[in-house]
Amino acid sequence: MSTLIYGTITSIVLALYTIGFSLTYGISGLANFAHGALYILSGFVAWSFLNQAGLPFFLSAILAILISGLIGFAFYWGLLLRIRGIALSELIVTFAAGITILELLMWKGFYGIQYSLPLFLRGGVEIKGVAVDYQRLFVVGTGILLVILLWLFVHHTKIGLAFRGIAQNERTALSLGIESDWIGALSLAFGSALAAVAAMVILPMGIMESAIGYNVLIYALSVAIVGGLESTSGMIVASFIIGFGQVITAKYIGARWMIIVPLSAIILVLAIRPSGLFGKFKELEERV
Amino acid sequence: MVNLRNLKKGSRLADRDTSYRKKRLDRGIKVRADTLFAISSHREIFYLLLPRVVPVVALLVLPLLLTGYWGKVLVFACMYGLLALSWDFLASCGLFSLGQALFFGFGAYVAGILSYYLHWTPAITLPIATLVGGLLSAAFLCPVVRLRGVYFAMVTLMLPMLLMKMIETTELVGGGHGLSALAPFHNEWIARYLAVVAFLACLFGFRRLINEDYGLVLKAIRDDDRAVMSAAINIYWRKIQALFIAGAVGSFAGAFMTHHYQFVGMSAFALDYSILPIAAAALGGPGTFAGAALGSMILVPLSESLRALGGLRIALYCIILIASVIVLPEGIFHYMERKYHQFEKLVKVG
Repeated sequence: MSTLIYGTITSIVLALYTIGFSLTYGISGLANFAHGALYILSGFVAWSFLNQAGLPFFLSAILAILISGLIGFAFYWGLLLRIRGIALSELIVTFAAGITILELLMWKGFYGIQYSLPLFLRGGVEIKGVAVDYQRLFVVGTGILLVILLWLFVHHTKIGLAFRGIAQNERTALSLGIESDWIGALSLAFGSALAAVAAMVILPMGIMESAIGYNVLIYALSVAIVGGLESTSGMIVASFIIGFGQVITAKYIGARWMIIVPLSAIILVLAIRPSGLFGKFKELEERV
Repeated sequence: MVNLRNLKKGSRLADRDTSYRKKRLDRGIKVRADTLFAISSHREIFYLLLPRVVPVVALLVLPLLLTGYWGKVLVFACMYGLLALSWDFLASCGLFSLGQALFFGFGAYVAGILSYYLHWTPAITLPIATLVGGLLSAAFLCPVVRLRGVYFAMVTLMLPMLLMKMIETTELVGGGHGLSALAPFHNEWIARYLAVVAFLACLFGFRRLINEDYGLVLKAIRDDDRAVMSAAINIYWRKIQALFIAGAVGSFAGAFMTHHYQFVGMSAFALDYSILPIAAAALGGPGTFAGAALGSMILVPLSESLRALGGLRIALYCIILIASVIVLPEGIFHYMERKYHQFEKLVKVG
C-alpha cells in the first residue's frame, strides 16, 4: 500500500517537473535545457519575496510564477529569436543559459537550511495505515488539476488553438495569421511558468539548493524521452513508469540504486521504440 | 538584417569619401579543395605554409619558454583542446554531444583503476585507457546512435551526470573519495611534449581525415543521412566508429590528466569538461578543427587568469558561449581565414 501511495506521489512530482518542458517542446519544438534552472530560480525568487520583502507566501508564489514566465518570454524574445531554427545553436544557448543561472545562484551562496519555502498545509493524514502529509496530497492535487487545466486551455481557448496550430504545421499556421514568434515566446513563457508552479508546490518539501536544478533537468529529460517528447499522455504514463520504478527499486534493492531507473528506462525505450512510448509525429523527420 | 547593416556601413563610408570604394579579391591559389593547390612560386608556398607552420613551431617552442604555472596551463590547454577537437569531430558527423565529460571520465577512470589496483606505469595505462575508453564510449552510446540532434544531445548530457551519481551512491571505484596516489609521469618534459604532440597530431590528423573519403561519408551523414543510407552505407556503424574515435581522443585526455593530477575522482565527469570544449569550439568556429584548437588556446589561459573568480568561471564560459553563438556564429577562425585569403584595398571610383 505504501508503495502504491508513494509511487503515485513520486510519479506526479516527476510529471510536474516535466510538464513545462514538454509543453514548450510540443508547441515550438524548442528543447528548453534551462528548465531545471528556471525551476530552482523561481524558488529563490519566491524565497526573496517572502523573507526579504516580507510578503505573504501565497503572494510571493504568484509573483515568482509570473516572473518566471516573464523570464521565459524575455529569454525567447531577446536571445532565442535570433537563432531560431538552428537546432544546435538553440540547444547550446538554452543549455548555457541554464548553467549560467545555476552557477550564479551557487556563487551567490544560496545554500543552507535557511533557504526553504514554508509548507502550504501542516500536518498529515493516514490513508489505510500509511502516513501521508498534507503537502504531498496537495502536490498530487496540483498535478492533476494542472493537467486538466492545461488540457482545457489548449483545447478551448484561442491561444490554445494557436498553440496546436503551430505545433502541427508552422507555415500553414503562419498563413492563417498566427504569428509564430509570438506563440513561440508565449510557449516558452508558459513552460517556465509551469516550472515555477511545480517549484512552488514541490520545493517546500525540502531544502533548496542550486544542484536541484540539474536533477530536475535530468528527470524532466528522462520522462520526456521515455514518453515521447511532444505527447502529454506519454509524459504522464512515463512519469508513472519511472516513479513507480524508483519507489519499487528503493524498497526492494536500496535507495542508492534509484538513479539507475531513469537511465535504464531510457536505454530500454530507445532500443525498442526510439520515438518514445507515445511519440508519433515528427518521428521520422527528427529522431531516427 | 546583415545586409541592411552592411548597407548602412557602406553609406557611411560613402559620405566620408565619395570617390573611393573598398575592393575585395580572393587569392587565386586554391584550385579545387582545401587540400589541392596550384602553386607557382616560393611566395605562394610560403603563403600556404605560414598559417600551418607558425602554430606548430609556437606550440613546440612554448613548453621550453613557459615554466612552472604557465607550463601547466599549456598542458591543460592541450587537453581541453583534445576534448574540443573530439567534440568538433562528432559535430561534423551530425552528433551533437553535450557530454564530453563522459569520454574524459571513462579514460580517467580506466587509467586510474589500472594504476591504482594493478600499479601499472603510465606508459602502459595511457594506450590501454585510450582504447578501452573509446570502446566504452562507443558501447555506452551505441543504443542511441539512431537518435539525432536534440535527442542525442539530451542523452549525452545525462550520461555523465548519472554516472557521477552512480559512483557517488554505489561507492564503486573509490566512490566520492576517488583514487589517489597514482603513478606520476617519470619525466615532466616527456609529459609536456606528449601533451603538445598529441594535440598537434590530433588536430592535423582530424583535418586530414575529414577530407578523405572516410570523413566525406561522415560529413554526408550530417548533411543528409538518408542519402547516405540509400548509397548502401550503414550509417549506424559509421556513427559508432566516429564515436570510438572521438571517445578515444577524449579518453586520452582523461587518462593523461589522471596521471598528471595523480588522482581520479568524480570530478572527472564534471560539467567543466563538457562545457569548456563546446565553448572553445563555438568561439573558434565549429567545423574546421583549427577553430576548436584556437578557441581552447584562448579560453583556457583566460579562465586560468580568472581563477580568482572561482565558481563563476563556468558561468563566464557560458556567457562567452552564448555571445559567440549569437554575435559571431561563424567563429574567430573562419573570420581570420577569410581575411587571410582576401586582399582588401580602396580603389578610386570612376
